[in-house]
Amino acid sequence: MQKETFAKMMNDYKMRQSRKYRFLFARLVIILSVIAAHAQESPYIVTYDHYLEEPGNLEVEYFSTFGTQRGGNDFHAFWSEFEYGATAWWTTEFYLDGQSTFNESTLFTGFRWENRFRLLQHEHLINPVLYIEYEQTSGADKILKEVEGHDVESDYATPNSIARQEHDHELEFKLLLSRNFHGWNFAENTLATKNLTGGNPWEFGYAIGASRPLALKASAHHCNFCPENFIAGVEMYGGLGDRNSFGLRDTSHYLAPVVAWNLPNDWTIRLSPGFGLNDNSHQFLLRWGLSREFSRFGEAISHLFGGRQ
Amino acid sequence: MKNARVISIITLTLIAALADSEPTLAKRHKAPPDPESIYAELTKAPAKDIARRNPLESDPEAIPAGDKLFQMHCAECHGEMAEGGKKAPSLLVDEVQKSTPGTLFWLLTNGVVRHGMPVWSKLPESQRWQLVSYLKSLAGPTKPTPDQGHTNH
Repeated sequence: MQKETFAKMMNDYKMRQSRKYRFLFARLVIILSVIAAHAQESPYIVTYDHYLEEPGNLEVEYFSTFGTQRGGNDFHAFWSEFEYGATAWWTTEFYLDGQSTFNESTLFTGFRWENRFRLLQHEHLINPVLYIEYEQTSGADKILKEVEGHDVESDYATPNSIARQEHDHELEFKLLLSRNFHGWNFAENTLATKNLTGGNPWEFGYAIGASRPLALKASAHHCNFCPENFIAGVEMYGGLGDRNSFGLRDTSHYLAPVVAWNLPNDWTIRLSPGFGLNDNSHQFLLRWGLSREFSRFGEAISHLFGGRQ
Repeated sequence: MKNARVISIITLTLIAALADSEPTLAKRHKAPPDPESIYAELTKAPAKDIARRNPLESDPEAIPAGDKLFQMHCAECHGEMAEGGKKAPSLLVDEVQKSTPGTLFWLLTNGVVRHGMPVWSKLPESQRWQLVSYLKSLAGPTKPTPDQGHTNH
């Protein structure tokens, strides 16, 4: 009898908990649907400029890279980003990576956690931002978010079944430099990365980019196709070798036109066909991304858990 | 074990990040930033910036375009009528309205990073001047007040 009563109590408790979580989830969905913020996003996919996420805002992004592969199967790598503006000088971002190699398999390949810190308060001729990232990925990760050290196309030809057995724990530092000039943005990133597993040397890489909106003045009416909603540019990125053999040789380099379409209904679409610049590079990478920004996310979370309105 | 440690560090930092944004879990009972100290930023504009004239002063499109930009980028914190909100002060006050267009342009460009206002230099110069035109129009005879309602252009 006691056993039955206990089972009934447990059942009621579970149902109450389940109702509570469903209620919280429904509230979160409603909150997110009404707190969208208009984005003015840069078109870069690899390069960073010096602009951080607005404080309290969350940007949810999905990116996809299709790559051709000589000596192996073509692949489709994808990642999600959750970018949160902690303050006006600090943005923190969490990534989840995956990939699907044709005729092989689809894998979750790891996570990354990055932080960007604005170093100077005001705008200057050149604006520095410090970037620190920790990543825990498998050897099968193919998102090519950066090129470092002696990364070459043949590294990505290893079958998933073997590559997934390699586990990397990396610390990555970047110095992001960027400036705006007559409507143009110019950005330069230098990266240094250290694999914490094994005795690998420090590896280096670079990314540079330039972009400009198609129109500098805003039109007076709301529109999807106004030229000021489109930002076009180009980015170039590649490896710089490692501590023992620094330089542009024996690594890969890419050149990629980029375009972003900032829609007035809070979505941003990015597209970038990339081309390998030497024999060590993938011949073609097609990247695209979709993102949406939610304003006052921190406040919404506070309300969700009963904070003051 | 190592994974658990890494995940714990990330979780704690994400909580810190959420708590550091205003107003959020940790700060929701604190007072909003002191408007006086934010307005004081206007006095820090260099003389050459204060003296800059708005190149779109006589552009009839500048005010409605500035209104559109304001609703897209600024209203979230400063309120739809620029009357101020929980996160940012009113822009209808004398400290703002009596500032020169060059001063407002300088502030938009540089932000007030310490007090949570981001730099807005990511908007092209012309769009920042359109915003300045709109802000200055709020001081005119057609200055909207919260009970007049707001019309999007």
